[in-house]
Amino acid sequence: MMQVLILFIQILVLFAIVMLHVAYATYFERKIIGHMQVRMGPMRVGYHGLLQPIADGIKSFFKEDIIPEQADKAAFRAAPIICLVAMMTSLAVLPFAKGWVLADINIGLLFIFAMSSLASYGVILAGWASNSKFTFLGGMRSMAQVISYEIAMGLSLVGVMMLSGTLNLTEIVEAQGTSFTGMYIFPQILAFFVFCIAMLAETNRVPFDLPEAETELVSGYCTEYSGMRYAIFFMAEYIGMMVMAAIGTICFLGGWNGPFVIPFFPPFWLILKIYVFMFFFIWIRATLPRYRYDQLMELGWKLLIPLALANIVLTGIIKAFTS
Amino acid sequence: MFTQIFFCYCAVMIIGTGLLAITMRNPVHSVLMVLVLFFHMAGLYLTLQAEFLAAVQIIVYAGAILVLYLFVLFLVSLREEVLIERYVDSAWIGRIFAGGLAVALIGILPTFILGEKGNWPLARVQEVTHTKAMGQEMYTTFILPFEIAGLILLVAVIGGLVLAKRNAADPALQTDEREIQK
Repeated sequence: MMQVLILFIQILVLFAIVMLHVAYATYFERKIIGHMQVRMGPMRVGYHGLLQPIADGIKSFFKEDIIPEQADKAAFRAAPIICLVAMMTSLAVLPFAKGWVLADINIGLLFIFAMSSLASYGVILAGWASNSKFTFLGGMRSMAQVISYEIAMGLSLVGVMMLSGTLNLTEIVEAQGTSFTGMYIFPQILAFFVFCIAMLAETNRVPFDLPEAETELVSGYCTEYSGMRYAIFFMAEYIGMMVMAAIGTICFLGGWNGPFVIPFFPPFWLILKIYVFMFFFIWIRATLPRYRYDQLMELGWKLLIPLALANIVLTGIIKAFTS
Repeated sequence: MFTQIFFCYCAVMIIGTGLLAITMRNPVHSVLMVLVLFFHMAGLYLTLQAEFLAAVQIIVYAGAILVLYLFVLFLVSLREEVLIERYVDSAWIGRIFAGGLAVALIGILPTFILGEKGNWPLARVQEVTHTKAMGQEMYTTFILPFEIAGLILLVAVIGGLVLAKRNAADPALQTDEREIQK
């Protein structure tokens, strides 16, 4: 009984911290894009706009929640929840430091794939249930995109699984050791390249943000959403970015290991690396224009998947000869 | 005790969502019910300590196959599809077949023997983790059936490519089809 209570408290703490991170990730993004475009970003609420995310959160809570007349009500209500739940559940298996993990399961990596494929249902349902052409097109695009890039992403991580010999995320970090050269980014540089591109596509970020392309589809699958439900989609997107960044860190950049140990706060290096990834996401958004749809599919199927397959074969050959 | 309650919950949900999936009017809702069903199937695998199967169940069935079903649902015009003629004249023929199948399945039940057998008792699977145990068996003992399955899938992939390619290569055929559709 006591264990259940402790676990419950741990879940609540993780939830609260992640929610705060999500709120400030939006601030981080607006500030960085602002400075990259030679403007200041949010400045009005608090010192340099520091309270802006809080104000945004309160605003979206109290906004009117509109459900279109012709919408499929049940699916319309369920869609944002499916998105958020799928993303939040992946957090349970992420090891933030040695022992700092809610559920240390043997199939951690597969579990995260399963959850991220579930999240696409939220997007598809949102697109279909809103009963509007823009949202439907956005949903369809997202569906095709997620299916295509999930394969590339899964295959790119197979090399990591082969080197570490496990699917448990904690063990993957430990297999890389504490030294700088032990990180899997060096032997798996090809896989890392594929992973980075597939990561952008999986989270629907620029340059692959076709499901919510503002210039063509208004706002894609979430056009008909308003108020808190719209905010939930945003939260899911940012948590998704965070989860993907954490996977990249754990599988390629040595997880929570750093040049020296930080006392009392072991997850320091992991969080720092996650934020480097987040910066990468935002940097790309500020730099690159959107891909065309056929280019997106061509890149996924004709370049990334063959590259990932070649990486698996190469890793296998090298492993067979060295061991 | 907890395992039994969990099993009963999963079993009831599987039967319930299975019934809902074939009775609901809206095909998209049916697909969603099947999605819930797949999740409870994965839950059943977890009670058997087969965590790899559970994850693959969700990744492959829920994440890929069911999404493709949704794709098909969205792409075909449902109002026309509904008008397809029945394969058999009377619904009772179908019911008799279904009933017979159910009786046969229940009849098989007593042949199940409880308990562990084979090279992989539960303790050993837990020791080496389910993923490793399955991989080892598949790539050593059952390598031939595994390769045959791979070959069959390859044939299916090539077949799909050929069928898709013919339409693109022969524009005359395409226009014919369009006219038929009109």
